[in-house]
Amino acid sequence: MAPILQLVDIAKRYGGVRALERAQFSCTPGRIHALLGENGAGKSTLIKVMTGVVQPDEGRILFEGVERRFTHPKDAVYAGIAGIFQELSLMPSLSVADNICITDPPTRFGLVDRVAQRRVAEAALARAGAEDIHPMAPVESLTLSRRQMVEIAKALARKPKILILDEATSALTAADVLRVFALLKRLRDEGMAIVYISHRMSEVDELADDCSVFRNGSHVATFEAGARSGNELVEMMIGRDIEHAFPPKRMASQTEHDKKAPALETRNLSWNGRLHNISMTVRPGEIVGLGGLDGQGQRELFLALFGVLRGVEGEILLDGKPVAVRDPKHAKSDALAIALVPEDRKSDGLMLPMSVRDNLCYASLSRLSRMGIVSKAKAGLAVAGAVKRLSIKAPDPSVSVGTLSGGNQQKVVIGKWLMNEPRVLLLSDPTRGIDVGTKQEIYLLVRNLAASGAAVMLYSTDYAELIGCCDRVAVFYDGRIVRWLEGSELTEHALVSSALNLAEETTP
Amino acid sequence: MTRSDWYYRLRAHRATLSAAAIFILLFALYIGKHQVGWTTPVLTTAANKGVLLAIVAMAQTLVVLTGGIDLSVGMVFVLANCVASHLVIGTPLQTAMGVVAVLLTGTLCGLVNGVIIVFGRLQPIITTLATGIVYYGLALGLRPVPGGNVQADLADALTDALPGGIPAMLAVLLAVVVLIWIPYRRSTLGRSALAIGSSEAATYMSGVSIGRTKIVTYTLAGLLASIGGLLLTFVTFSGEASSAIGSVYTLNSIAAVVIGGTVLSGGAGSAIGSIFGAFALRTIGDLLFVFDLEPLWQPLFQGIVLLTAVSFGAVRLLGVRNRLDLYR
Repeated sequence: MAPILQLVDIAKRYGGVRALERAQFSCTPGRIHALLGENGAGKSTLIKVMTGVVQPDEGRILFEGVERRFTHPKDAVYAGIAGIFQELSLMPSLSVADNICITDPPTRFGLVDRVAQRRVAEAALARAGAEDIHPMAPVESLTLSRRQMVEIAKALARKPKILILDEATSALTAADVLRVFALLKRLRDEGMAIVYISHRMSEVDELADDCSVFRNGSHVATFEAGARSGNELVEMMIGRDIEHAFPPKRMASQTEHDKKAPALETRNLSWNGRLHNISMTVRPGEIVGLGGLDGQGQRELFLALFGVLRGVEGEILLDGKPVAVRDPKHAKSDALAIALVPEDRKSDGLMLPMSVRDNLCYASLSRLSRMGIVSKAKAGLAVAGAVKRLSIKAPDPSVSVGTLSGGNQQKVVIGKWLMNEPRVLLLSDPTRGIDVGTKQEIYLLVRNLAASGAAVMLYSTDYAELIGCCDRVAVFYDGRIVRWLEGSELTEHALVSSALNLAEETTP
Repeated sequence: MTRSDWYYRLRAHRATLSAAAIFILLFALYIGKHQVGWTTPVLTTAANKGVLLAIVAMAQTLVVLTGGIDLSVGMVFVLANCVASHLVIGTPLQTAMGVVAVLLTGTLCGLVNGVIIVFGRLQPIITTLATGIVYYGLALGLRPVPGGNVQADLADALTDALPGGIPAMLAVLLAVVVLIWIPYRRSTLGRSALAIGSSEAATYMSGVSIGRTKIVTYTLAGLLASIGGLLLTFVTFSGEASSAIGSVYTLNSIAAVVIGGTVLSGGAGSAIGSIFGAFALRTIGDLLFVFDLEPLWQPLFQGIVLLTAVSFGAVRLLGVRNRLDLYR
């Protein structure tokens, strides 16, 4: 059968970062095509190209053999391509039926025909196997799992020719997953082309007819499902090309570490169904990595430690003493001295229009002021110190931080917390989207901080970084620590396979 | 299906119903305390005052539902009043042409707002603040000093009671609801507007045209504000370019929207709720009168009612478990 959609030589860059490079992809009616790859391999960008959310810089899109351009999600929707995304595309305050019919509601005399709409919604919900959802219920009143089913029903109501599911089962209950699988197989047999992205290998094994592997924005291979072993797949996803220079670990101190009392310890930390019984220790001088796929609870752990989350169960101990972190202000106080470098520096880390100087001072204003008045002299000295220590390249501390490069912006975020001399440093993907040179500076800085006695936790989506930087790595899956890796066990293969929660496949 | 349709219908209209309840409570108090009570003249006077704000509040509701805000509604209202005091006079045909001109003026003002916000990608709050000042400037040019006139027969008919004793203004309000609000709410357009207010990104991802929806919404808001201004002319028999009136109507329209249960961030609410919100606000002033309190107390009581109404909306924040969500 001829492919219904073909992407030829697609390239896409965001700023200097290439997300896709000469990428190829095609899908065929009546087949389920699984898309595989590590974090940042380009899968999401590829899907965005297919659904008209982003425009490729180069390359062609052939739909039913004809070259097309999708400049708006609307174009793809009308062509018959429906996407189910990780970030839900539902309007929370609208009813289920309104959501399902938002793109093309049935009308009578120019007005939405609510009776017909109700029938369409009921039919779509029934088709998705979610008859229990009331079409008049507002989406915000549903649980995440039910919302995901609405999302699937919404895509089905458009009667698409191509259905794209991006991690669509990640929020579903086990019973719903079975129903969705049965549904997808039925749709395939009815002749729909289905593109399926999942990090759960068992799902790919069960569903896929074809598999395509992506790595670093390029297409690696396409083959029939079952043609390669799990081990071969992992090898293809990792590839071997990048080498970073990492500062030496303090191998000799391994035993020394164990003697020291932990600076930070958590006991059975749980939160809101997203974290389950996290127990771990970090000793002074140690860098502990958090591995695993994106969104498995690593971020929530940091937020819990930093006092952002409400209703955290379990215990947090600092230097052996139990503490209750009330909020970030409490977390950064001298008593606790915790610092968090958030992953989204633009929204959570910096006040972009404000100056480098102001940004550097914000976390430590109380240290820099006397009786509520900020001392210009103290602040100037501290800022000059931070600029020098981190070699922040800015024409002057008074320029707005938004004008700096990504790497220098990140240095400002780190610098702002170093002014507080933290004893516990939480780094959330600190090198995302910055250049190699700055990355190396940051690795060295973090290692030096640890050497001077700080306890460091580093979450990274870059496996090479976890291997090169961390003394030990906790691999997260579904809000749990599924595996600890250290020393010679700490390999990319082990990281990837435990991140996918594959059964212990021995290294080849 | 565990829950009945009625549960969800009630839930969807909860805010509107509670706004209606607030109004009925206040109005019952007013009528009960009033020396004459439930008579046509009392009702007509109340309706004449209430409907003006109600229609401007409807205009505000349309915009707020998309997650925007329109600070120019009061000024469009004043501008329409000034235009009407020049044109809505003379023979029936001339009067009709005048009415059309007034409504076109308001529509155009709204269209300008929408086009600037969508194509200029400017924030609604600052755009409408600026255009509002422009519209006020136009009004001032048309009516440097208060004055003018209006077709008296029409004015008398609209500000009096219908044969059955029902205030004519209420009939006008009903017509506006039936001809503008209900078609809007039930059309794909109004549906898209609510979707935008609920989540603009999700709306975009659903393949809905955002720009067109916003432009039509702001345009309709301009039209509604000018209907209010036209009716004002029938009540006052003159035109006045007063920035005080404009500002008070703008601010009260926002207050009425909030009391009416429309969420200021958009996505949920109803113009019907805003009508009751406007009526409730108006009744507070009348209550002070029948209770022999100084009119000076009016802003204080209006403020308290507004604060109480807003507090109900904030209750859900108590359940937020990730404090970062409070700031997003």
